[in-house]
Amino acid sequence: MTRPGGLATLADHKRKRIDELIARTTEPGGVSLIRDAGRRLLRNPTAIVGAVLILLFLIIAIFAPLVAPHDPVQRFPELTKDLTVDSIPGATAGHPLGSDPLGRDFASRMIYGARQTLFVGVLATLIGLLLGVLLGALAGAIGGWVDAVVMRLTDVMLALPSLLLAITLVALARQSTQWTVIVAVAVVNVPIFARLLRGSMLAQRESDHVLAARALGVKRRDIVLRHMLPNSLTAVIVQATLTFAVAILDAAALSFLGLGDPDINRAEWGLMLGVDGVRYFEVRPELAYFPALAIIFVALGFTLLGESIREALDPKNRR
Amino acid sequence: MVRIISRRLVQLVVTLLALMTLVFFWLRSLPGGPVDALLGERATPQTRELLTRALGYDQPIWVQYGRFLKNVVTGNFGNSIRTGEPVTDVISRSFPATVELALAAIIIAIGLGVPLGYLAARHRGRLLDNATIIVTLIGISIPIFFLGYLLKDWLTQGVHIFPPSGRISTGLDNTDVTGFFVLDGLLTRELDASADALWHLVLPALTLATIPLAIIIRITRASVLDVLDEDYIRTADAKGLRNPTIRKRHVLRNALLPVVTIIGLQTGALLAGAVLTEKVYNWGGLGTLITDSISGSRDYPVLQALILLAAAVFVVVNLVVDLSYAVIDPRVRVR
Repeated sequence: MTRPGGLATLADHKRKRIDELIARTTEPGGVSLIRDAGRRLLRNPTAIVGAVLILLFLIIAIFAPLVAPHDPVQRFPELTKDLTVDSIPGATAGHPLGSDPLGRDFASRMIYGARQTLFVGVLATLIGLLLGVLLGALAGAIGGWVDAVVMRLTDVMLALPSLLLAITLVALARQSTQWTVIVAVAVVNVPIFARLLRGSMLAQRESDHVLAARALGVKRRDIVLRHMLPNSLTAVIVQATLTFAVAILDAAALSFLGLGDPDINRAEWGLMLGVDGVRYFEVRPELAYFPALAIIFVALGFTLLGESIREALDPKNRR
Repeated sequence: MVRIISRRLVQLVVTLLALMTLVFFWLRSLPGGPVDALLGERATPQTRELLTRALGYDQPIWVQYGRFLKNVVTGNFGNSIRTGEPVTDVISRSFPATVELALAAIIIAIGLGVPLGYLAARHRGRLLDNATIIVTLIGISIPIFFLGYLLKDWLTQGVHIFPPSGRISTGLDNTDVTGFFVLDGLLTRELDASADALWHLVLPALTLATIPLAIIIRITRASVLDVLDEDYIRTADAKGLRNPTIRKRHVLRNALLPVVTIIGLQTGALLAGAVLTEKVYNWGGLGTLITDSISGSRDYPVLQALILLAAAVFVVVNLVVDLSYAVIDPRVRVR
């Protein structure tokens, strides 16, 4: 039976999922397990679909300047001359998706949006990952009171619904900027990565390769950095893939609540959907449809790939 | 049983106390406290000082903390900075709206989620199963506020099936007894008010239910698949039990345990979702209150009380969930 107590239960649940991931990725037989999982992954259509979606997203983001017909912040006065309260100009020659309320080429903003969305998602994931990995590695490698403090801290954070925590964090800043959003979304993920790393470290502490290194007189710092950390990477990568999807969804939600990036020039899908998309929904719903679809596809891609990797690493599926 | 409950009540108090302390210092540690937020940055030092003293923010933080604890225990959360009303009044006005919405959402999520998950598992690999999986995947990948606008656009603008926003039609003279509009109508025999409130509830509840629904379907499906593999199912089949008996007494009952856990956990997520849903449908509950307390002036007294309330509700719901294990699983009762 799970440990009693309400808030503890949520934390318990999240902990259990993290532990499962650790158990799957620190299975003895390291490399061959990963190779085996990789083979299963290539045969899994779900994983392929996820990977293709992500690849498309990356290609658009990287080659945005080559693909986009216009500059995403350039305003075309001729596009807004017919602008009224209940009409925003649709497609015209040279502007396949029409313009946004400020007369900027919507297609170009969508294409450049891939870049900004990638930027927000990657940074939020990366910051959460780095802080979490650092805390978790310290807790796992040092143990004692450091471990106790870090773990109690993660307990409290895991016990709150993540979006609520992010909202509270943004509320702490005096003014919202792009960075407030990134940091708030990132911090929510710190406890997950911290737990993951600590568990992985503890699992390895008594493993043969660490014992061997210790017996050979390798310094503790080197054991942690060269022998233990690399072995924890698989679990971290799986979690990061899933985190990315949540991060862009959370960022969009914050924009919608008016807690997002205030820069009107920024073309980011969450921002486009959460601000102009819903404001002009009745006038021109395409302003919401396109960024929403883009977000759904990208979130879907990362979720599909992440879950497929997790599944492929499950020893139960080994043949 | 009494011992289990009392032990959890103690834990409940400890958790809330820890959270209270954290919330108190957290909200106060930020730059530009409530005074700046109220007056704006161009306020003169004199007015700023005056307001600081009036609100009690000039005293040492420990004194503020002590007063805060005493107030919380006595149920006095002070006055809202924004409106000047007592925080308890502000919250109790919005509380029923959100509870009504969340209850409706969780009923939809369970009522659709468990049967769908079960059916998907029984038809594993077939069309129904695949369709369900795809729908749940989209359910967790779609920004729910966007889904809210979509439903609103399709079902209130094009075809006028549902009302676009609010909790009840304006001009309808309903008597407010408990604040739960559907219940009020039943209590006062104003059945038209009840029906009207229920009609307003459909779309917001559906929007809010999306994520819990998707998660409940997935968990039910996985859990039923696990149970179907068990030896005792084969035994039950081998000894000639009829299929409906096996399904009801062996499969469903055993598969429900993880599902019940998830339902408890999703109540937390519901509150986060309510912040978004309420904004879409102009619902005027706790979610709206959170947004209002953050944008503009940061209304600390209200924010503090809201976070504590969210935690308390969450703790209580999960206490109920833990206790319901005893009903579902006899093994728990023995321990």
